[in-house]
Amino acid sequence: MRQLLNTLYVTSPNSYLSLDGENVVVLCEEKEKIRVPLHNLESIIAFGYTGASPALMGECAENNIALTFLTQNGRFLARVTGETKGNVILRKAQFRIAESEAQSAKIAKNFIIGKIYNARGVIERAVRDHELRLDISKLKQASQFLMQSINLVSKCSNLDQLRGFEGEAASTYFSVFDELILQQKNDFYFKGRNKRPPLDNVNAMLSFVYTLLAHDTAAAAEAVGLDAYVGFMHRDRPGRISLALDIMEELRAICADRFVLSLINKKQVDACGFFQKENGAVIMNDDTRRIILSAWKKRKQQQLTHPFLEETIEWGLVPYVQAMLLARFIRGDLDEYPPFLWK
Amino acid sequence: MLVLITYDVNTETAEGRKRLRAVAKQCVNYGQRVQNSVFECVMDAAKCREVQHKLELLIDPKTDSLRFYYLGNNYKNKVEHIGAKQSFDVEGVLLV
Repeated sequence: MRQLLNTLYVTSPNSYLSLDGENVVVLCEEKEKIRVPLHNLESIIAFGYTGASPALMGECAENNIALTFLTQNGRFLARVTGETKGNVILRKAQFRIAESEAQSAKIAKNFIIGKIYNARGVIERAVRDHELRLDISKLKQASQFLMQSINLVSKCSNLDQLRGFEGEAASTYFSVFDELILQQKNDFYFKGRNKRPPLDNVNAMLSFVYTLLAHDTAAAAEAVGLDAYVGFMHRDRPGRISLALDIMEELRAICADRFVLSLINKKQVDACGFFQKENGAVIMNDDTRRIILSAWKKRKQQQLTHPFLEETIEWGLVPYVQAMLLARFIRGDLDEYPPFLWK
Repeated sequence: MLVLITYDVNTETAEGRKRLRAVAKQCVNYGQRVQNSVFECVMDAAKCREVQHKLELLIDPKTDSLRFYYLGNNYKNKVEHIGAKQSFDVEGVLLV
C-alpha cells in the first residue's frame, strides 16, 4: 500500500511559495518561514491569496503533489494540474461509462448506497454510545428510514430516481444531525444545511471540511489515472470535479461530519472562534482554522482496517483506495464498485 | 525512516570548498539542516540510496567523509534537542 505523506498548509496570506532545489520554501516578506523537501509531501493547501512560483507548480505536477488554492475561508479557488498522465485507455473507459445513463446509474447506485449506509452508521453509533442522552426514538426512526432507502436504492436503476432517494436520505439524515451535537448546544446548532455562504457555526465548519475532503478525493482520482472532472452521479459542469464529488459522497458522513461533531463535542472549538458578517455569513478566525487543520491532519493519520481490502491503512488513504477500486472496476478487474462501508 | 547525514569536506583547497558547497546543496534537497554539516532526512530506503549515490559522486574519498546514521521509524524518542535553532517535525502538522 502507498505511504501516506504529509500535507503542508499555508495559512499566512502574505506568503509566497517557491521552489529551491527539491524543497518547497515558504517566504513571508522575503524571510524564509519553512523549508520542506518535496518527497515528504503529499499535497500543499494554500489559504488566502498566497502566490506560488511556476517552477514549484511544475515540480508539484511532476511529482503528483496536489497543490490547491483556497480563499481565506476555505472556499475553493484553483487547483494546479499538470500534463495529463496515466492510462488513456482507462480514462476513455471512464468517459464511455459517463456517457451512458444506464451504466452511470450502476456506479452511482453504489456511491449512494455507501453514502446512506455510512450516514446510518453515524446515527447508529450515536445511539449506541449515548443511549441515555439522546432522543432515541427519533434517531431510530431516521435510521430505519435510511435502511429502507438502502433497499430501494439497491433495486433502482434510474439515475434521476437515484438522485431522488439520495436527496430524501440526506434530508432525513440532516434532520437528526442536530441531535448528535452533545456539547455547547447554544453556540453550535444545526437547523439545516446551508452554504455559499454558510449561515451558522456548524455549517461553516462542514463547508470548510468538505472542501478539504474534496481536495483529497480529487487528488486521489488523479493519482490513479482517472479524470476527476468526469463524474457519474454528478453531471459534467465546467470546472467541477464531478468524479471527486462522487467518490466523496460515501465519505462525507464518516470523514467530515463525524470529524466536525467530535471537534464540537470534545470542545476543541468554541463560539469565540466564529464571527458573523453583515450578510449573515459565518466566518472562522485563523486560530479555529488552525485547530481544525491540525486535528484533520491527526485524524488522517489514524488507522483503520479497510472493510473491502481487509488491510490496515490510514484514514487519509481511504479516498485513494476508493479511487483505486473504482479504477479497477472501470478497467474490468472488479465486477462491481465496492463502496466504503464503515463498520 | 529518519536518516542522519553528516559530512566532513576538506576545505584547504579551492576545489574542496567547491565540493563542500555542492554536498551541502544536495543535502538541503532531501532534509532539514539541523546543524552546519548535519542533516535530518525523513525518507524511505530507495530515496536514501539515491542520496548516497549522489553524494558519493561529489566527494573526494581521500580527504572527505560521509556518515549515514539510520535511526529507523521510531526516531522520535532517540533524538533530543537542547539550545538554539529549533527544528520542526516533517511528519507532524505543517502549518505556516
